[in-house]
Amino acid sequence: MSKSPIRPLGDTINLSHGSGGRDMHRLLEQLILPTLCSGPIDDGDAASIAMAELINQGDRLAFTTDSYTITPLVFPGGDIGSLAVNGTVNDLAMSGAIPRYLSCALIIEEGFSIKALSSILQSMRTAADQANIRIIAGDTKVVHRGAADGLFINTAGIGVIPSKRQLGREHIRNDDIVIVSGFIGDHGAAVLAARDELQLAIPVDSDCQPLHVLTEALLSVCPNTRIMRDATRGGVASVLNELIADSSFGIQIMETLIPVRPVVRGACEILGLDPLYLANEGTMVAIIPEQDEQPALAAMQAQAAGVHARRIGKVTDHYPGLVSLLTQMGGERLIDIPSGELLPRIC
Amino acid sequence: MPNDAMKYVDEFRDPQLAKRLLAEISAMLPSLMTGRQRPLQIMEVCGGHTHSIFRFGLNDLLPPEIEFVHGPGCPVCVLPMGRIDDCLAIANNSNVIIASFGDAMRVPGSAQSLLQARALGADIRMVYSPADALELARKNPHKEVVFFALGFETTMPGTAFTVLNAAREKIANFSVFCNHITIVSTIKAILDSPDMRLDGFLGPGHVSMIIGTKVFDFIPQDYRLPFVVAGFEPLDILQSIYMVLLQLQSKQPHVENQYSRVVQSGGSAQALSAIGEVFRLRDMFEWRGLGSINHSAVMLAPEFTKFDAEQRFSVPNISIADPKSCQCGEVLKGVIKPMECKVFGNPCTPESPLGALMVSSEGACAAYYNYGKQRMGAKRV
Ligand code: SF4
Repeated sequence: MSKSPIRPLGDTINLSHGSGGRDMHRLLEQLILPTLCSGPIDDGDAASIAMAELINQGDRLAFTTDSYTITPLVFPGGDIGSLAVNGTVNDLAMSGAIPRYLSCALIIEEGFSIKALSSILQSMRTAADQANIRIIAGDTKVVHRGAADGLFINTAGIGVIPSKRQLGREHIRNDDIVIVSGFIGDHGAAVLAARDELQLAIPVDSDCQPLHVLTEALLSVCPNTRIMRDATRGGVASVLNELIADSSFGIQIMETLIPVRPVVRGACEILGLDPLYLANEGTMVAIIPEQDEQPALAAMQAQAAGVHARRIGKVTDHYPGLVSLLTQMGGERLIDIPSGELLPRIC
Repeated sequence: MPNDAMKYVDEFRDPQLAKRLLAEISAMLPSLMTGRQRPLQIMEVCGGHTHSIFRFGLNDLLPPEIEFVHGPGCPVCVLPMGRIDDCLAIANNSNVIIASFGDAMRVPGSAQSLLQARALGADIRMVYSPADALELARKNPHKEVVFFALGFETTMPGTAFTVLNAAREKIANFSVFCNHITIVSTIKAILDSPDMRLDGFLGPGHVSMIIGTKVFDFIPQDYRLPFVVAGFEPLDILQSIYMVLLQLQSKQPHVENQYSRVVQSGGSAQALSAIGEVFRLRDMFEWRGLGSINHSAVMLAPEFTKFDAEQRFSVPNISIADPKSCQCGEVLKGVIKPMECKVFGNPCTPESPLGALMVSSEGACAAYYNYGKQRMGAKRV
């Protein structure tokens, strides 16, 4: 034989795929690099990024990292791959940045299916293309069976913050208004439903999606946006609490204004959960000056990710540092930060 | 879930109707309050009611003359520390999977909760029904699956049917660590306590669905107190209070059923027969905050001993007293309000509960703390 044929990757990941040897190269060359990377690949130890073009776009870099672990790895509306890209894209977008570059580190458990990996990588690539961000650096490790829950992904992202954008808690003022970009709790409900142990069909997809187009739309009509946050783990309740913790202002939201899909609300009723605490992966909260409400909502509603955007409450000086909810019945109660894991009630 | 189901719920949350009921309640109060020094105390027996009252902010919609006393009806709250320790002793057997409802996972034992034990390596899984626990046993034939059963009569039939199924299928690796408790003897214990000062009851809706309403007849007969079985929606609760007040006004206490769309006076024959077949009353059972109460819990009947985890595994069975500073018992009886307890909020919080009532979101202290009207008041500028 003059030339050895290309050896197929096989069905599952094994420790040799992380060893730095031939198998690892095969995994990189045949699967990871062609799937994740568009354009030429640097072969050095670090990707080099041309500065001039970045400088044209703004005056600060935004840099963020997050690790993604989720059970199950695939859920209605997304998978760990799209989550790992959109999550980091959204962290950049929330700081007012235009997302540009992404790194991706994979920690794969021995025995993981190559087919499943390939589909998750494909989904990362699709999400990256959608968010207009390039994956330019990465790392792959394989760990012993039992040492990881199938697959962990870490992504880090770099974006550029255009000049003059100043977002931060210190800009929040009394009578500002609080808006959400869409239905809350979809992701949390979809993941709960996809878990084996829950024998409850909740026909809802995760809201997993990039939000950078939405934040740009908002900032273009409302440059004085005070602050933006994506309401991921801990849900809207936690984000609102973080925004005004230790501040001289509080937030009051109205139960009747909070957009929750009937199916999600119904599932929460049954499980004794509160949609305000369910995770989201493509829904954001923003605080903006009251006079910008109409243009801001109109601009957001014109985007696919913001069709259901609406005002849910306002900043007040009544309860400094606290979030309160005016209930549908006219009562008022505190919305605290959840303690620990969400655990459904039994009766 | 069909959208209609949610519409059904909305009907019971109509703010206009609520306003009308509140106005009628207020109108009745002057005559009821003449000559009275303290507010009317109405006990909602069930933790589900406590949850709704706080979740919808009902206690600040009602006039101050009406005070809720949050009863013993959260099964998670009243579970004594010793039982958690017993469960953990079972969990420590290699080869055992404990299957537990989610809200029991955080209840503190004397050293650990199930959640903490799980973090340290115990195999403890969260399930949504006893049937899921049995399924775990079918899927793991080489493991011993122990279902951590708790709850009032509401959850008892589920456990009973599951034990019957396990017996029928001859499943050998499944057992139940039984902590089911009964409501009637508990209410009686509260009524008989010397510092009792209640004026009426909102009866437990879900429990009554199983055991019916007749079993509560002794309350108006022997103690001259109104008893209205209530649903869990805001309007259910307001209407039930209105019915209690009407009874107080007419001085003719009786058992009434506001929740008749769900509850029948005889309860559920099928569920009762399964309960009767599978369980026997225990002579004594210890409650957090209330001490031991006669005939207040059940265990598996002799025919089902092989499904009884307490027979299959050795458990220490030590009773561990609540910390001295805890005033849960007084809160349960309406003698003090949660925030009047000396340790409320410091050091007793939902994250590190000292007493029973801080444990589950349905516990009175946790509800006061989490939904925290008084925390808002304290910080108000
Ligand atoms: S504050 Fe803690 S100790 Fe005091 S009554 Fe409530 S739960 Fe019991």
